[in-house]
Amino acid sequence: MIRILLPLIGLGLLALGPMVVSDYGLGLLIGAATYVTLASAWALFSGQTHYISLATVAFYGTGAYTVAVLNEALPYGAVLICAALIGGAMALVVGLSTLRLRGVYFVIFSFGLAELVRQVITWYEVNVTGTLGRYIFLDITTRQIYWQMLALGAVTIALTAWINRSRLGLALRVIGDDETVATHSGINLARVKLVAFVLSAVILTLAGAITSPRYVYVEPAIVFNPTVSFLTVIMALLGGANRLWGPALGAVPLFLVFEWLSSNFPDTYPIFLGLLFIGVVFLVPNGLISSAESLVSRKKEAGR
Amino acid sequence: MLTTTLILGLVLGGTYALLALGLTLQYGIARIMNLAYGELTLISAFVVVAFFQGMGLSPLLSLPAVAVAGYALGWTLYQIMMRPLVARSGGGGRLEVDSILATFGLLFLIQGGLLVLFGANFTSISYLDRGVSILGVSVALNRLIAFGICIVAGAALVIALRTTTWGLKMRAVALTPASAPLVGIDVNRIARQGFALGSALAATAGASISMYQTFSATGGVVFTMKALVIVIMGGVGNVPGALAAGFALGLLETFVATAIDPGLTLAATFAIFLLVLLWRPQGLFGGRS
Repeated sequence: MIRILLPLIGLGLLALGPMVVSDYGLGLLIGAATYVTLASAWALFSGQTHYISLATVAFYGTGAYTVAVLNEALPYGAVLICAALIGGAMALVVGLSTLRLRGVYFVIFSFGLAELVRQVITWYEVNVTGTLGRYIFLDITTRQIYWQMLALGAVTIALTAWINRSRLGLALRVIGDDETVATHSGINLARVKLVAFVLSAVILTLAGAITSPRYVYVEPAIVFNPTVSFLTVIMALLGGANRLWGPALGAVPLFLVFEWLSSNFPDTYPIFLGLLFIGVVFLVPNGLISSAESLVSRKKEAGR
Repeated sequence: MLTTTLILGLVLGGTYALLALGLTLQYGIARIMNLAYGELTLISAFVVVAFFQGMGLSPLLSLPAVAVAGYALGWTLYQIMMRPLVARSGGGGRLEVDSILATFGLLFLIQGGLLVLFGANFTSISYLDRGVSILGVSVALNRLIAFGICIVAGAALVIALRTTTWGLKMRAVALTPASAPLVGIDVNRIARQGFALGSALAATAGASISMYQTFSATGGVVFTMKALVIVIMGGVGNVPGALAAGFALGLLETFVATAIDPGLTLAATFAIFLLVLLWRPQGLFGGRS
């Protein structure tokens, strides 16, 4: 009971956040909530299966761009549904063609996907519609964006918790451990991976769609910024990508660090990012949560 | 028109083939999926341009030095970064994930360094930029030289791998890293050499790219992507396959750029990649594994 109650209380408190913080603080809250959502959604697929997706921003950017294109034509709710459908369809195509194969093909494909989508959209806008760069004028306040993102983040974590207890979660864990064993246990590898990948992609797309009004001016080069993919992966890894709360735990402190770095060291900031990333891979390969656990159990051993 | 596309495509394909050779060595022999490969190429391109602009040193003269430096850099990178990951994985599947993540971090590290040192602008030099007529098609001399470098380096590598003992060891490690020690091959040493040689090839490709192409500090991903697609097309670890696939991609890209739109070349690369994955995931020239 307490495992459900505590997060709910936390969520309630976070929802009251905008009442007490300044505008700048609200911006930070939105950023943190966005990255918690992105990292958790990324881990939903990549955390258990070890299929490293480097395409987060391909979906995030698609979501934001869908809103930019459709925001004057359709009501907001319908725009969000369209974004989710487009993101899901994209993930379906990518997944169907690459997830049947060895993991490395998927990684390579996801590595270039954002660049591909960016080039295709740019080409289409320049040659067909003739409008590169669009404005988003929606009647949505910053607080509403925050609440939407908070809700999406909560749904993502709840969904992950549910999947972890379901047959799907078990199948994903087996796949991550050993694909051959998974096949022999009668798991339909391609289908299980595809379901998780599409779910994760839909959430990533929605996250992009929800934050898009904050950009006001949207251009492919802005919304398909590869740093977003990079940050998402490192946040999830730092906390522990195969734990329920790992991505959230990694996302909040790293988001604040990055925010501070990018405003104080705008030029050298990618260097810090790279070093931090390499540091995480070498020092906490399984995430902070499991490192802390093994430290605690070692202390107990020593105390005996 | 067709001859123009054909010749320009082959010339571009030479550079791609060279790019892919290095990557196929690193992945095929050292088992490191190096996502920072394009950044290694860029470092060399920027260094060559800096020598040319700063001291008037001809790119052809700095090329051997850059290739040697690339070998040294690759050797050091393998020793410092990759070796601990290889040791940690103990030959398991973990190495692939770890190397992808570590080199993804390296990508941003190098990119950040290049941005600080050289800025975000597009860079290009004009070196031997005069036309030479081949079968009635005017090709810039610098492109032809780049093509020549690729042919020489590629052919030397293919012959060395085929005929020398060293090449035999390389191929043994590429084929079965677990059994290679049984016949007295030091796998760690060969893997290190493979990785370093791959970096040297990346540096050579970067130097030849700098002679005729415009590039920027953030463009490494595209080089890596193209090299990866060529490696997959040719079959992982298959050197002649990578050469052939490199030429094929050069031709295709030149065709798309002249006949459809230059902005869609990456899309064409991806389309080819998808086709290969759906049709022959073991590579166009690879056998079934």
